[in-house]
Parts: sequence; C-alpha cells; structure tokens
Amino acid sequence: MVKTPEFNKFVGTNKYIVSPALQNAVNVAIALGRPLLVKGEPGTGKTLLAHNIALGLNKKLIVWNIKSTTKARDGLYFYDTVQRLNDARFGDRDISDIQQYIKLGKLGESFIAPEQEVLLIDEVDKADIEFPNDLLNELDDMSFYIPETRKTITAQHRPIVIITSNSEKELPDAFLRRCVFHYIEFPDSEMMEQIARVHFPNIEKNLLKEVLKQFYFLRQIDEFRKKPSTSELLDWVQALIAGGLSPGKVEKEIPFLGVLLKKEADVEYFQARSSGTQGARFKFYKQY
Amino acid sequence: MFTSFFYILKKYKVPVSITEWMALIGALNQGYAWSNLTDFYFLARSLLVKSETFYDQYDLAFQEVFKGIETPSEIRDEVLEWLKNPLNQLPFSPEELAKIQQMDAEEILRLFEERLREQREAHHGGNKWIGTGGTSPFGHSGYHPGGIRVGGESRYRSAIKIAAERRFKNYRSDLTLDVRQIKVALKKLRHLSRIGPEDELDLENTVDKTCKNAGDLELVWMRSRQNAAKLLLLMDVGGSMDLHITVCSRLFSAAHSTTHFKALQYYYFHNCIYDKLYKDVERWDSIATSSLLHTLPSDYKVIIVGDASMATSELIARYGSIHYHDQNETPGIEWLKRLSDHFTHCVWINPDTPSYWKHPTVSAIKHLFPMFALTVEGIEQAIQKLVVKH
Repeated sequence: MVKTPEFNKFVGTNKYIVSPALQNAVNVAIALGRPLLVKGEPGTGKTLLAHNIALGLNKKLIVWNIKSTTKARDGLYFYDTVQRLNDARFGDRDISDIQQYIKLGKLGESFIAPEQEVLLIDEVDKADIEFPNDLLNELDDMSFYIPETRKTITAQHRPIVIITSNSEKELPDAFLRRCVFHYIEFPDSEMMEQIARVHFPNIEKNLLKEVLKQFYFLRQIDEFRKKPSTSELLDWVQALIAGGLSPGKVEKEIPFLGVLLKKEADVEYFQARSSGTQGARFKFYKQY
Repeated sequence: MFTSFFYILKKYKVPVSITEWMALIGALNQGYAWSNLTDFYFLARSLLVKSETFYDQYDLAFQEVFKGIETPSEIRDEVLEWLKNPLNQLPFSPEELAKIQQMDAEEILRLFEERLREQREAHHGGNKWIGTGGTSPFGHSGYHPGGIRVGGESRYRSAIKIAAERRFKNYRSDLTLDVRQIKVALKKLRHLSRIGPEDELDLENTVDKTCKNAGDLELVWMRSRQNAAKLLLLMDVGGSMDLHITVCSRLFSAAHSTTHFKALQYYYFHNCIYDKLYKDVERWDSIATSSLLHTLPSDYKVIIVGDASMATSELIARYGSIHYHDQNETPGIEWLKRLSDHFTHCVWINPDTPSYWKHPTVSAIKHLFPMFALTVEGIEQAIQKLVVKH
C-alpha cells in the first residue's frame, strides 16, 4: 500500500535530514493527534525537529521552555494578581474586569490560534515530577477551564505537540501512554555525511572522510564530560574550511580541538591520552 | 498470531498497556502500517515502547513473532528516482482500466518484483517495464498514484533485519551499564532547597504584606530552589577490584561529569578503609580519615564502591591492613562503623554479582551499609536509599 500524502506530511526540510523511523513517528503523531515525545543525546536535534516540522509544514511554532520552577498552569494561563493589586491602588483601570488580567500561556495560545500550530514543549523533564501528569487532561481533551472568568478554552485545531526530554527524570507512565515515543539515535557516519553535505554542499570528499573518522574516534572515548555532537562537528567543519586545512593534516592531528571539546578537562584529558604516556589515565584522575 | 505479539512483548518485559495496544490497533485500522512490515515495525515501536531502554527487548520480541514472514524485497532507490520524474500521464482506455482493476494488490506486487529483477535500466514510456508515464501498473504516474513504493524508505533494510541488528542492546537497563545510564541514575540524587539570591516573587506573602499595608504594594522575594546534594565517593582500587576497573571508571566518569551536585569529593582505598584515604589511584597522596569525619558535614551522601571481599583479618584485626607500612591501630571495621555513624546517608555498591556476597567480610560490611549491585537497577535503588532518611 502506498503512503498517502495526507499521512506522509513531514518529510524533513532541506537543512534537516530525518531518518525514516523518525519521519514515521512524526507522521503517526500528526495523524493520530497525539503528542510526540522525543528523547536522545544532546545535540541530536530534538529541539530543531520541532522548528523544522513547523518550517516543513509551513505552520507557526510556539515554544514553551520548561524550567525547574515551571508549573503546568503556567502553560495554560496566568492571572496577573500583582498588576490587579497595583491597579486597585493606583490604576485607573476597571479592576472588576478580571478578563484583562488573565494572560494565556503557551499552551493556551496554541489552543486559540485560528489555524493549526506546532507547539514545542522543550525539556519537559526539567520540571517537577508531577508536571506531565498535570497536563494529561489538557493534552487529551485539548481544552481547559479558567475558574476566575468561568470560561473554557477549547482548541480550535489540535496543535501538533512535540515534547523533548533529556531523561533527567523518569516521566510518569500515564503520561507516556498518551504519547508517541521516539528515541533519536546518534547518527551513524553514513547519515552524518549526509547531514554535513546538506550544510556544506561543496566540501571536499577526502576532507569529509577524515573529519568523520576523527569525529567518531573522539565519540567513542567515554571519559569525556561532554562528547562532541552534531552541532560541534558542523562548527568544526566550518573552521576547517575557513582555515583551508588539507585532509592529510586532519588525518594526522586534530586542528581546532577547542571547537569539538568544550570543557577544559576534556581537552587536557585528551592531550594526556594522545601523548601516549603510560598512566595518562592516572594523571587524569590525579588532577582533581 | 497478532495478539500473541502483545504477550510476547510482555514476556520480554516490555511494559505495554492495553491503552497503548488499542492505540496501535486504531492506527492499523486507519491503515498507517501501509501493509509493510518495516513501517509496521516503526509504527508499533513508537506507540508501544516508551523508553529506549526497552528498544532491545522490543527487537527480540519482534524477531520472535515475525521471523518467518516474507517481506517484499527492497526496491532500489534508483528505481524510485526514475519514478519521481513523471512524463505526462497517459490516459487509460476503459479496457486497460478494467484489466488493471482485475489484478489484486498481491499480484501487482509479485509482478512488480519480477519485472524489477528482469529490468536493468531506467525506462520511460512503454507498457511493460517499470518507468514513468507508461501503462504498466507500476510506476509514478500510473493507475496507482505514487507508484508502488514498497519499503523504499527503509534504506535497503527490512524490519526483520533492523530488529536482528539489535542496535539498542547497549540501552538496556538490566544488563549493561554505560556512563549515560549512571548519569541518569545519579541525577535522581537531588536534594532541592532554597539557596542563592532572593530572586523569586513570593506571591502569597506579597498579597499578605500588601493587605497589611492597606493596599500599598510591597513585594516579597524568596530564594529559588537549587540542588544541595553533596556526594562523597570512596572507591576500592587494586587487587581484586582490577576485574571491575572498566565499570568502576564509568561510574567515576559519570559522577564526575554530572555537574548538578553542590559538591563532589572522592578518595581511594585498598580493600578496606583505615586511618588514611588516598587522593590518587596509586595511593601516594593521602588524607586522614578522621579529618574527613571532622570536616565533612554529616549530610554528605556517601557512596562506597568495593567488592568487600578481603581476608577476615584485614577487616577486624588491628594492624590488619594488606599494606605492611599502613600499621593501622584501629581495625578496619571500626573505621567503617565511624563512617556509617557520622554520615546519615551511606550506601555500598558492590561490583561483584550478588551470588558472591556470601564471603564473611561481605556479610559483615552488609550489616553496616546497605549493599547494592553495580547495575543500573542496583544504582537506582542505592540512590533511592540515599535520598530517603535511613
């Protein structure tokens, strides 16, 4: 059977390569009207995914960044009591009109939008453990009630909800049951080559080959505090091109190491390791 | 057979619920698997499995259920490329239409594969070969719009092959233990308290104060919540611990690269803790254990990593240390007791498998410290122990 265009809505964009599995997950989520939960290592493009879905489908994107203090209600609406208090004292506004002090949150905004929008709930695991549970009803029914004004806000069009998580906390089962889940794997070298080509169409073939070799060599070192990811690789390639370095040079050493390794400890560890002295590991432990 | 997939998933300990299963059935009813095993593999995975730690078990279950199933051979990408440039679509004559309609999907598929095997080059027009604009039932602008794109998106691999690769083996939580998993476990070790500058508006108190002020606005600020967990890591090195060096170094990397602790201190010892702890693996640079007990507040969470197996004398005898020059006047067990008395939250993580824990020194230490295995599950339990009052 052939995938219909109604289903196969998202196919990636010219700057964002999607794996077939991810593409499928996105389209399933859109077709079923369920939130898509995306996990994966930092730098695999979880947040960018939402941006590119919006771009690819030509829809507006609403970003709701979650912090450790974010409450579920913040996404729905905010009752500006302080402003009202202030107006009660000094203002000339009619404070009996509560409506003017109700400000919709990001989720509320996406509900009242005149057309379907993409809502990104970024780093949902940052918030309190109960946070996702508090959103269950709102995401299920796509409506919520504001007791202060006795009004119910209902979604005109179900927004496409993308939720990202860095697995800092376990998410509650009830929440997971309602989501479509996808884990973005770190791209293999074949896919990484495609990604690099999308960003640097004119890159020399040999250079790219050496770059990827060195990159995946660095990736398999477990002791790094932060392993280099896709965005670091792209920065590095740009630096190499700007520096006009030859593939041979990249093969022998790693120029502009600082672009790939962002922590001083990692750079020191790597240099100790590559100098090949016995006990480099001990030296590494010793410096702390 | 299909419902058995659900039970086989359960057998492999993938936590699937009825709700999720019904969602999959719903999606299948709407045809979202596109009669294609590869798409089904991804569809079912995204709806049934909610954590990458279960991807591997899912792969195993999938293999068990769908192993014998024949999938249409994968269509080469070049073929799809030709099909993307359609010439103008030829109108079908009524007879041709009728003929095409007679063929059922399977027959078309079979013919398609047969043709594909015979065909060696791009083809446009005509009525037999796969190409564009022809009257053959296979192709871009043919009777079936979009052409037959069986599994084309899967990049040469069928679902069974993907499942058989078991690329997510390393994400399982019950077997292997990598840095990332330990980090996730360690992240649970948090103790949130209000510290730092007062930069958060305390709404309730603001309202209170303002009311008391007869409506004159007075803002009250409070400190925001931050992690106040402090960690002391003590690691056994050398001797019998050499077997576990990789997994211990992973634990170390994870603890070290986890930045959310308020403080992290770590020391090494060999076999048992006596009056000195060491700042380095070679055990050159030392610090007195008693000074540690005096300087570190008792709310430090303590993780001790070691196999706890040693000669009985090393644990309970004066001068029992394996190193002659150590000359410990106080037996090791006494030092351990002082540690567990001083720090309110201590755990012992043992890299040996629990079946080896029958050694007399292990059981003696187990009386002092709650002991856990060095697996993801073990670490999670240990962290839980560290978070609650003991």
